[in-house]
Amino acid sequence: MSEATNGKGKLALYWAASCGGCEIAVLGIDEKVLDVAAAFDIVFWPCVVDGKVRSIEKMEDKSIDLCLFNGAIRTSEQEYMAHLLRQKSKTLVAFGSCAQEGCIPGLANATNRDAIFKTAYFDTPSTDNPNGVVPLTEYEAEEGMLYLPYFYNTVKTLGQTVDVDYYIPGCPPEADDIWDALVAILEGNLPPRGSVIGKHSTVCDQCDMIKTEKKIKEFKRTWEVIPDGETCLLEQGILCMGLATRAGCGGMCPKVNSPCIGCHGPNEGVEDIGARMITALSSVIDSDDPEEIERIIQEGIPDPVGSFYKFNLAGSMLRRSAFTSDEGAQAGAEAETA
Amino acid sequence: MADERFEPKIVAFLCNWCSYRAADLAGTARITYEPNVRMLRVMCSGRVDPQFVLKALSLGADGVMIAGCHPGECHYLEQNYKTMRRFAMLKHTLKALGVEDARVRLQWASAAEGTRLANAINEMVEQVRALGPLNWKDNWVEEEDIDAALDRLVEEHAEAMEVPA
Repeated sequence: MSEATNGKGKLALYWAASCGGCEIAVLGIDEKVLDVAAAFDIVFWPCVVDGKVRSIEKMEDKSIDLCLFNGAIRTSEQEYMAHLLRQKSKTLVAFGSCAQEGCIPGLANATNRDAIFKTAYFDTPSTDNPNGVVPLTEYEAEEGMLYLPYFYNTVKTLGQTVDVDYYIPGCPPEADDIWDALVAILEGNLPPRGSVIGKHSTVCDQCDMIKTEKKIKEFKRTWEVIPDGETCLLEQGILCMGLATRAGCGGMCPKVNSPCIGCHGPNEGVEDIGARMITALSSVIDSDDPEEIERIIQEGIPDPVGSFYKFNLAGSMLRRSAFTSDEGAQAGAEAETA
Repeated sequence: MADERFEPKIVAFLCNWCSYRAADLAGTARITYEPNVRMLRVMCSGRVDPQFVLKALSLGADGVMIAGCHPGECHYLEQNYKTMRRFAMLKHTLKALGVEDARVRLQWASAAEGTRLANAINEMVEQVRALGPLNWKDNWVEEEDIDAALDRLVEEHAEAMEVPA
């Protein structure tokens, strides 16, 4: 934290709405983390080293060389940190799926805050909340006013919140990709600003399954079929996201008979991964009969948002489901408190 | 609201070979239809990437129409069958996202069916007008004054986190 940096760069890592896997993924580069420590002074990394927001606030603007920001933005505090770290960093990287596209926290955009609070603070079987306490943004204690951040109705990506210089995809990013990105940043060998630093092909390109013509009469859930271990999973009727998802993982899921779920986000040139999946799957369904098509879709894809946008709802073109302020949920919550 | 009637904005993708010619025919035949439709010519209804539809809705369209040759009559043989499947899956997804059924419509109209296309447009405009504006971006707006909350955070930090010398 000293001002004299011996020519080293300054590195910050931050964690917003995410699971913590990205923090661990950084350590996946193994002993190379020592090279990172040789190249950078770590000025802020709450998960690993002690540090205060206040000391970041006091830094000169653009004095952090590189900030790897993981996590989506779902509270006002996270939004504040995104703005602060943008202001203080020369290069801000959205690190991992949550920061890039919302990831699993972004699935909250299929509902809203009231409904989430109702589930979390009243409805789950493990909830014991006799006084009906829900998080408040302000609370007057004897010692004075206490504040909590706002919990947003809509989870945002980092790129929807502040300008982002680069994106590193993945839930979590692969060690090789992290290292390649760090080297590219250190050497200044970078793609245009705003790019994803990662592979430019799809998971299918890295998958060894035998692919022939895809023609299917029904989609099957994973528990309904035992894959043969050789044929493309989609050709066996299993909804696999490989054809719209960015490569980088080496096709590790489909190679062991588990369909791709899209954790590396949309491939290069794809703005909306769900739209791309709709296009791809529409070419695969073997029917020209409207009623049969409808049946195949209704029976085979009961949860299109969860299937197509598992990692990408917040980052998708529509970002969320239509917002309805859930007065029903609120009334329910009040009834329970009464 | 006053007594101003809501005029929906509808984006229509029309295939070059049938539906755009149907619209032409409606014009030369002086068939009037609602002026709420912005028509875009594409080579085939199969060219309409679902991203086009999502983009239109997210940017302010109240509805989207895709129009093409009747099944079996596609200039590119069977691309409109792909449109049919793709549209069914797009609708299935949009429904799950809470977009009302009438806002997105697939319409077959041959080059001879100017009246059919005009009627479909009138019907759709009426249905979307009844639904009201979509204003999709409003879905993203938070109810609270977030800027004020962010400003307050800075003050709190200055007060609470400053260690006296």
